[in-house]
Amino acid sequence: MTATRTITVVTAGLSQPSSTRLLADRLAQATIDRLADDSVTAEVQVIELRDLAHDITNNLLTGFAAPKLAAAIEQVTASDGAIFVTPIFTTSYSGLFKSFIDVLDPDALTDLPVLLGATGGTERHSLALEYAMRPLFSYLHAVVVPTTVYAASSDWGSTGDASTGGLPERIDRAAGELATLARSSDRSTRVRDPFALPAGFSPVGGFGAQ
Amino acid sequence: MQTHERGAMTAMQFGIFTVSDITEDPTTGRTLSEAEKIQDTLTIAQHAEEVGLDVFALGEHHNPPFWSSSPTTTLAYLAAKTTTLQLTTSTTLITTNDPVKIAEDFAMLQHLAGGRVDLMLGRGNTGPVYPWFGKDIRDGIPLAIENYALLHRLWREDVVDWQGNFRTPLQGFTSTPRPLDGVAPFVWHGSIRSPEIAEQAAYYGDGFFANNIFWPAEHYQKLIGYYRQRFEHYGHGTAAQAIVGLGGQAFMRAKSQDAVNEFRPYFDNAPVYGHGPTMEDFTEMTPLTVGSPQQVIDRYAGMRDLFGDYQRQLFLMDHAGLPLKTVLEQLDLLGGEVVPVLRKELAVDRPAEVPDAPTHASLVAAARAAEAAELAEVK
Repeated sequence: MTATRTITVVTAGLSQPSSTRLLADRLAQATIDRLADDSVTAEVQVIELRDLAHDITNNLLTGFAAPKLAAAIEQVTASDGAIFVTPIFTTSYSGLFKSFIDVLDPDALTDLPVLLGATGGTERHSLALEYAMRPLFSYLHAVVVPTTVYAASSDWGSTGDASTGGLPERIDRAAGELATLARSSDRSTRVRDPFALPAGFSPVGGFGAQ
Repeated sequence: MQTHERGAMTAMQFGIFTVSDITEDPTTGRTLSEAEKIQDTLTIAQHAEEVGLDVFALGEHHNPPFWSSSPTTTLAYLAAKTTTLQLTTSTTLITTNDPVKIAEDFAMLQHLAGGRVDLMLGRGNTGPVYPWFGKDIRDGIPLAIENYALLHRLWREDVVDWQGNFRTPLQGFTSTPRPLDGVAPFVWHGSIRSPEIAEQAAYYGDGFFANNIFWPAEHYQKLIGYYRQRFEHYGHGTAAQAIVGLGGQAFMRAKSQDAVNEFRPYFDNAPVYGHGPTMEDFTEMTPLTVGSPQQVIDRYAGMRDLFGDYQRQLFLMDHAGLPLKTVLEQLDLLGGEVVPVLRKELAVDRPAEVPDAPTHASLVAAARAAEAAELAEVK
């Protein structure tokens, strides 16, 4: 019997086709391969935030997610691992990417194994993954793998140098880290109770109120 | 016993609720003054009774563009101006108001209105209101739970000793006036997402109101289903006997395309959902119905299939800068064409076990019956 793990790819590229999607697909395929090495079948779903842009804005305005967005949120929330890839705009994740994160419940990503990727025109923005993306997911209590993958335009036409591996190597290392965590995740099979009361809750209140 | 209720019990109550927003009319660019808007709302409430509606509910806010900071004052005026209208709130802030003052104000109102009073409790969602009233928004749920626990006792016990986390303790306190006929006003607990509030409503056997306006029905279905289950768990009756109220929203004209054309600018600029989803998407995803009275009837006759047979249906009719004349015409359609049909349709196959909407008369009758049963047991 082969085990199955659910991997969700969230990609915030705006152009069609986008290099952000290209990186996301590479990361996804590498993760599938690494899980396959351990006889784990990966079920991968890709969420293109561009397709949800109106719903995301509407959710910010109305407070609720339209059906297509609700399905995407559910998909991410119930994954064993997720790959988030954004273009870097003006030193940080794109506004669309952050807006999607903003409509998630604050605990939706708790203990979710996450691989972070980003794309940009110049390699000078690569640290945005560390000073912007990683803290965002740390705040949400996701488990972010050590290797993040930044792909500048030049990375699509070069190999590594003496001190750094090329893009394929970085992708493979990051995917290996995500696969290791996703393999032991049970998130996709958990039963979620939206009406779970907080521990110790009493309908008459606490001290003295009885 | 003398009561001031309308003669016949009403299985289901229909009415309107207002948030008291003062919003620019997007078609004219005109914004009413507070004085005008307050007078308009009084006219609207009285017209609700004239067209045969049962309930008028008024919100509580403590920041512009809302005018209704003091609902019991407004409702007391309306009590004097009306004879059958049930007066209630949407909602009374159980978090930032002192529960002692709520107990006093609503018991007073109950006497003035001859019992035509209940109230809906909510937490309020305007962040600064909490600090303005010396509270912390992070305590929202604990405040709602503890304050109501005290309120519940103040109406039922003549002398209360009490100590809690959020207000000064009480020793030997009697809330006056005592509730009319010794029966507390009925309480609805309003919530859009908190299971704690549904749990609280179920624990006390109180009503649960889902505003049902902003979110898709599936969400409220789950929340109401949960409340019904817990109501049964706490021994107040079967799940079908839990007391459920729903909000709703409609705009009508004889021809549905006229309704769509006329309402669109108000929808597109409405404070809550304006500049967001299209009216078509929003009407599909939420209970907002824009069209002919028949379309509204069809939509709302289907609510019980989603939520079970229920006791109260309120409509939001007067927001987003709609002019008074339009709102009064909407009430004419609601009271004249929609509600009479809904009353008939929702009465069909309504199980006998489903209670009628609670009124002062029904609560007094229940209290007397319980007293009699207790006496019989003692003998």
